[in-house]
Amino acid sequence: MSTGNMNLTLKVWRQKNNKTAGALVDYKLAEISPDMSFLEMFDVLNEQLINKGEEPVVFDHDCREGICGMCSMFINGRPHGPKDLVTTCQLHMRSFKDGDTIVVEPWRAAAFPVVKDLTVDRSAFDRVIAAGGFISVNTGNAQDANSLPIPKMQADAAFEAAACIGCGACVATCKNASAMLFVSAKISQLALLPQGQPERYRRVQSMVAQMDAEGFGNCTNTGACEAECPKGISLENIARMNRDFASAKFASEETV
Amino acid sequence: MSGFGNAFSSSIGKKFIMGATGIFLILFLIVHCGINALIFLNDGGLTFNIGAHFMATNWIIRAGEVVLMIGLLAHIFQALRLTLQNNKARPVKYAVNDGKANSKWYSRSMGLLGTLLLIFLIVHLSNFWVVSRFTGIPTVDANGHEDLYAVMKATFQNPLIVGLYVLSMISLCYHLLHGFASAFQTMGWNHSKYNGIIKGAGIWYSIIISILFAAMPIAFHFGFIQ
Ligand code: SF4
Ligand code: FES
Repeated sequence: MSTGNMNLTLKVWRQKNNKTAGALVDYKLAEISPDMSFLEMFDVLNEQLINKGEEPVVFDHDCREGICGMCSMFINGRPHGPKDLVTTCQLHMRSFKDGDTIVVEPWRAAAFPVVKDLTVDRSAFDRVIAAGGFISVNTGNAQDANSLPIPKMQADAAFEAAACIGCGACVATCKNASAMLFVSAKISQLALLPQGQPERYRRVQSMVAQMDAEGFGNCTNTGACEAECPKGISLENIARMNRDFASAKFASEETV
Repeated sequence: MSGFGNAFSSSIGKKFIMGATGIFLILFLIVHCGINALIFLNDGGLTFNIGAHFMATNWIIRAGEVVLMIGLLAHIFQALRLTLQNNKARPVKYAVNDGKANSKWYSRSMGLLGTLLLIFLIVHLSNFWVVSRFTGIPTVDANGHEDLYAVMKATFQNPLIVGLYVLSMISLCYHLLHGFASAFQTMGWNHSKYNGIIKGAGIWYSIIISILFAAMPIAFHFGFIQ
């Protein structure tokens, strides 16, 4: 499979499970093609390890086309590597140079415990969604989509928030391991649309409470999340969540 | 839960406290800097001492001083709590973390800058506040006002104090460069019509306030004002 001419040194985080400590382990790779994706380069590494009878590196991935949010590698100090607006699976080896040393670590946060090697448990995100990231819809025939007029700008803003794939890069890069960007995107995508209004103020309170219960850190507005998010989720969403939270706590009757 | 529920104990509520006390301190600095800048009139401190006398005797100002202390302490204690919690949120650190690729160093160092400012504040308050409120200002000026100006002049003859003040104002500048705009974002004021103004005002505010404050010990020390 290796047909290229790049020689690389990888320093990969190996950790047996949540109970044991991990460490960076060095691997040499030869003849890597610049056209490979970062994950394909890991496939080459794992084939070599398997052929040598060693344990392959465990890492998360699914779609390999930048839409599922499963891939999650902290590469040379940045989530999803050196390029902006791409996921690890969409990162190519041409973004590196022959002879490079590449350090690969898992997302690090108390709320994302390591399962094994580079795989972390992100079910904290699922529990935040379950706490309020839904709308109530009547059963029966779906109503005509145009029966609820939505201004174009509003629809676009909701769509941009909905682009969040839940990868967790925002948490991984935040110096506080805060999940504010993710949670605010998931709140905004519903708060911006008429269908999301009935639960709007209950939702923001429940989801923020769950976020805190999961042990994510507190946001200090460094902006690192926005800069590293592969989907370009904007800090505006965090400001909107803060506004909704204040409205909910100080002006709405429904305090959760 | 009833009433305001966990409004202030939640992570967003804690941000509100940081932001609100921060804005309050930003407003305080304008008043503080404005009155202190009267020393640059170079009239032997007569005008400045009138201002200082008013600030020390007016009961509204004295009541405000209590609120200021509470605000300052709230800002400091909340920051300590947040920092401890945030450290717990990432128990295992990264071997390699390229912070400069995605954020400003001073945004990531608010705790460090704030700690430097706290050390400065302890020195600063013992230099002036303790003297004017408790131990007493030794002399009076030509108008019969307590001569705080003379205390400043004497204090800033010490080059170590001048150095500490100037370095601390550099810390203040960077602390404000992040804090000013950050407070607005926390309060939910992120809007394309205002973001440019907020950012610009924050930069100008931070630079002007810090330079004016830093100029005071320098001017006394090198005798630019008498
Ligand atoms: S906000 Fe961005 S970085 Fe965070 S989970 Fe969503 S897509 Fe990933
Ligand atoms: S594997 Fe699906 S986004 Fe990377």
